[in-house]
Amino acid sequence: MKITEQEVRRVADLANLALREDEVARMAHDLDEILKHIDKLNELDTSNVEPMAQVLFDAEKTATLREDRERTPLSNADAVANAPVTSGGYYKVPRVIER
Amino acid sequence: MSPLHGLTIDSIRSGLLEKKFSAEELAKQTLAYAEAENPKTNAYLTLSSERALKTAREVDAKIAKGEDPGALAGVPLAVKDVILTRGLRTTCASKLLANYIPPYDATAVIRLEQAGGVIVGKTNCDEFAMGSSNENSAFGPVRNPVALDRVPGGSSGGSAAVVAQDTAVVSLGSDTGGSIRQPASFCGITGVTPTYGRVSRYGLTAFASSLDHIGPFGKTTRDAATLLQVIAGRDEMDATSAAAPVPDYTAALDGNVKGVKIGLPSEYFDGLASDTGDRVMAAVEVLRKLGAEIVDIHLPHTAYAIAAYYIVCTAEASANLARYDGVRYTTRSAEAHTLAEMYRMTRDEGFGDECKRRIMLGAYVLSTGYYDAYYLKAQRVRNLITRDFTQAFEQVNAIVAPVSPFPAFKIGEKVNDPVAMYLSDIYTITGSLAGIPCMSVPCGRTRENLPVGLQILTRHFDETTMFRVAHAYEMAAN
Repeated sequence: MKITEQEVRRVADLANLALREDEVARMAHDLDEILKHIDKLNELDTSNVEPMAQVLFDAEKTATLREDRERTPLSNADAVANAPVTSGGYYKVPRVIER
Repeated sequence: MSPLHGLTIDSIRSGLLEKKFSAEELAKQTLAYAEAENPKTNAYLTLSSERALKTAREVDAKIAKGEDPGALAGVPLAVKDVILTRGLRTTCASKLLANYIPPYDATAVIRLEQAGGVIVGKTNCDEFAMGSSNENSAFGPVRNPVALDRVPGGSSGGSAAVVAQDTAVVSLGSDTGGSIRQPASFCGITGVTPTYGRVSRYGLTAFASSLDHIGPFGKTTRDAATLLQVIAGRDEMDATSAAAPVPDYTAALDGNVKGVKIGLPSEYFDGLASDTGDRVMAAVEVLRKLGAEIVDIHLPHTAYAIAAYYIVCTAEASANLARYDGVRYTTRSAEAHTLAEMYRMTRDEGFGDECKRRIMLGAYVLSTGYYDAYYLKAQRVRNLITRDFTQAFEQVNAIVAPVSPFPAFKIGEKVNDPVAMYLSDIYTITGSLAGIPCMSVPCGRTRENLPVGLQILTRHFDETTMFRVAHAYEMAAN
C-alpha cells in the first residue's frame, strides 16, 4: 500500500473534506492505484532538469502589466449576490470567536 | 431536420445578407429544435432564449442599417458551463454551483457576442471539467449523438455533442488535458486547443491554471479557425494571455501542404486499437499524396506524461477548488454549526467523487514530505516532455498522431476505474503539458461506425500551420 486510511484522513483534514467512513476506504484504494502508476516517474533521472511551473514565452518585462487606471469595481450587491448567507452587505459565517 | 443542418459561419452570413432568413428567425428555430432534441443527449444544461433573441435582433438591426454585423453574425453557438456568462446560470456541472449566477462575462463570451454570435445555451460537462467521459456531471451524463449508448468524451462532452447534434453551429469548450480534442474525436467533429495564453482565461472557472485553455469546436476547420480568430488575443484581465499578434487564420486555408514536414511519433502508435491506427495512417497517406513530407520522429518521454499531468493538475486543482467553502458560492451545508463543519460538510456534500479524488491527490502531493518527491518531480518531467516537442520541431513543421487510443466507449464502461479513465488521455496530455496548439480533425470511422480523430500539433503560436494541414486534409478526404 502506498497510502493508508490514516493518511487519507490526514490529507482530508488538510483539504477540508469531511469524508464519510465508506469514502475513506474507497479513496485509499483509488489513490493507491493512482500513486502506483505515478511511481513510474522514478524511472527518470531529473537531477539536472529545471522544474517547469508555467508555459513561458519571450516577452517584454512589462508585457503582462495593464495600464494603471481607475475603473468601476464589482458592486457590493453583485459581490455578495451568490453567497448563501449575508448580512448588511457582508458574508455571514458561523461564530468563530466566543465572547 | 435541424434548422442548422449544413450551415456554416460563412453560409449563415451570406443567408443573412441576402435576406434568406433573419438572425431572429434562425435563433428561434434553433432554440425550438434544441429544446425538442436535448432530452436525447442531455447536452444543454440551460437554454438562453432571452439572451439569444436579444443578440439576434441586434444583428438584424445592424444588417438593416447596412453596418457590418460581425464575424459571427447570427451564428447560433453554445458555451461550456465552466465559462462565466453574466446573469446566466453557470453550474460547472456541480451540485455546489447549481444556482450560481455570475456577476460578469468571460472575455471570450464578450468577444463572441461583440462579433454577433448568438449564445443558445450552456453545455453539460464533467464537474469542474474533471473527467474524460462526461459521466462526472451532477446533472447526468451526456449521450454521444453518433451512438446514444456511448459517451461523448469529456470533459467538454456537451459542447462537442451540440455541434454533432446540429443544435449549435460552433461552441466553446475548455481543455486542460484533452477535454476539447478527445470529445471532438468521439463525436466526429473538429476541436481546437490553442497555444496556452492565446485565448484569455478570464471568466473560465479555474481547474489547473497552468494548463487551462478555452478553445473552439466546429464541423469544419474554417469554422473553428474563424471562432478562434474572434476570441484570441491579449486581454488585460488575464496576465498569462499572450501579447503576440493574432494572424489571419483563414488566409492559410488554401489546401497547400507541399513541402510541409510532418512528424509521425512512433510512441503514439503503441497500444492503439487497430481500427483507430488504420484510420490515422490512412489520413497520413492522404497528406503524403498532397505533397507533405512524412518524417519518423521520437517523443521519448510520452509514457511519463499521464503521471506528471495527474500530479500537476491535481495540485493546482486542490488550490483552485479551496474557494468552494460555503461562504461565497451559493451552497452551504444545512448540517454545519461551526466554521470548520461549514467548510468540511459543504465540500463533502457538494463535490462529486472525481473532484474529491483530485482534491485529495493534489493535497497529498503538495503536503510536507511529498512536495519534492511528487510535485517538483512532475514539474521536471513536464520540462522533459516540453523539450521533446522543442527538439521534434527542429526537424518538422507539424506532428500528426491519434487523439485517443480508442473510439467512444460505452456509458458506464470505465466509470469505476479511475486509472483506466486517466490512461485514455495519453495522447492529448503531452501537448497540454507543453502548451502547444493541437487539434482534432475527423478522419473516418471504425468498423462499428464510430468516429476517429486525427491530432495535429504545431509550435507555440503556429496555429496557422495546424489549420493549414487540417484544412488540406479535410478537403482531400471529402
